[in-house]
Amino acid sequence: MRLAVVGAGAVGSSVVELAGDHGHSVTAFADSSSAVVDADGIDAAEALDRKRTDGVVGSGAPEDALAAEYDVLVEATPTTLGDAEPGFGHVRAALERDRHAVLANKGPVAERYADVRALERDSEGTVLFEATVGGAMPVLSTIADFDPSHITAVRGVLNGTANFILSRMATEGLDYEHVLAEAQDLGVAEADPTFDVDGTDAALKGVIIANVLSDDGTEYTLDDAEVEGIQEISGSALELARADGRTVRLIAEVVGGSVRVGPRLVPDNAPLAVSGTRNIAQLETEHAGQLNISGRGAGGPETASAVLADVGRL
Amino acid sequence: MSDSTDEVRSYTVRLELVDEPGELLRALEPIADNGGNLLSIFHERGNVTPRGHIPVEVDLEATPERFDGIVDALRDAGINVIQAGAEQYSEALTVILTGHLVNTDLSDTLSRIHESTDATVTDLSLSAPAGTDDTSSARIRLATEEGAVDETMRSVRTVADEKSLQVIEPLAAGGEA
Repeated sequence: MRLAVVGAGAVGSSVVELAGDHGHSVTAFADSSSAVVDADGIDAAEALDRKRTDGVVGSGAPEDALAAEYDVLVEATPTTLGDAEPGFGHVRAALERDRHAVLANKGPVAERYADVRALERDSEGTVLFEATVGGAMPVLSTIADFDPSHITAVRGVLNGTANFILSRMATEGLDYEHVLAEAQDLGVAEADPTFDVDGTDAALKGVIIANVLSDDGTEYTLDDAEVEGIQEISGSALELARADGRTVRLIAEVVGGSVRVGPRLVPDNAPLAVSGTRNIAQLETEHAGQLNISGRGAGGPETASAVLADVGRL
Repeated sequence: MSDSTDEVRSYTVRLELVDEPGELLRALEPIADNGGNLLSIFHERGNVTPRGHIPVEVDLEATPERFDGIVDALRDAGINVIQAGAEQYSEALTVILTGHLVNTDLSDTLSRIHESTDATVTDLSLSAPAGTDDTSSARIRLATEEGAVDETMRSVRTVADEKSLQVIEPLAAGGEA
């Protein structure tokens, strides 16, 4: 497959770097201000090097990538809320040209799911977005394999930053501010970790799952989710939980058409009590009991692997 | 036989024990010997009655017929049976409340939870590392009737909201496995 990769952050760059390994070529690569296009395949190393040294991937304009020759558009620009632009526009451009779109960007499928599906219906192209939920973990493809109608609930720890903070608070008996600062030093938390710690990121993933599970065409957006973060969790709460053989985890729960994210008590030895930056999704199936999928929910190469797995499914 | 009196049900028995070694075991034997299935035992060691006795709440499962036999056997053994109701306390749930628990009157919070639901507070742990004027946390165990967990949680949320307390809820039973 020929890939056009839009977005040159950790995920987009990793896709460009790893595409060859998966037997694909990258014919276009763009960041927000530049692009490099070559119908025979771009020089990945050169483009990534230029991004590092000059802050641009090439000398073309970003739109050049959308107009290039490709089979699959990989959308890896940052997630935005509301109209989900410019990610949504990129997906539309690909589908209107009857190309496939593979998303790492949560915005279009969390905020404008019905619009994306409508565009897909009118297109020869297909939209896949495994990378938007749980990075390397095959959550959405497993749901698709089981058929969404046979999944009754999904619960998960879907944000590594929040989980890292809660794990450290519980094991070290430290308070929230202290652990957050440490997580930022380690590069686990962003300079602005708001979306991670206030539950928004986990909620977006929950909303995407709800959209996939919805069998009556109901569309979910962030407004439909009930969201509570971990900023107010105190060390004493974690201590009381521990004394009772439990721990606190930021859980995204999708069940019966509702999406809820908040700190919840889980038994210490439960699968959902993953520690550190690990993620887990627990599927409640109609005929096969519980299914746990655990792994690295974030990271450039990890998320790029999910993107390339989607490309392989097309 | 599918006679309805053979149906196993949940019961709560409230006993008062003398504070002596072996008393708890002596109280549990008649239950086991008469076909009762022990579910939980709540021993209120910190809450001695005016007569110096220790209240104990035992949840058990038995058929109605066997339950009558259990109560008789307890009384025969000289155990003080305070209450032998047919309330079904078959679901226990644990929540943690965080916030200004002491300043917002913790005992009022607990009695409001008790009044607005059929749930009973069976255990309470309070942690206030920074003193009672600062935020503190409380772990509360509630025993509630089967099927009433959602309703109980709604009430807990309402009371917590009014007092600006954060509730850390348990996952639904299905999510705990």
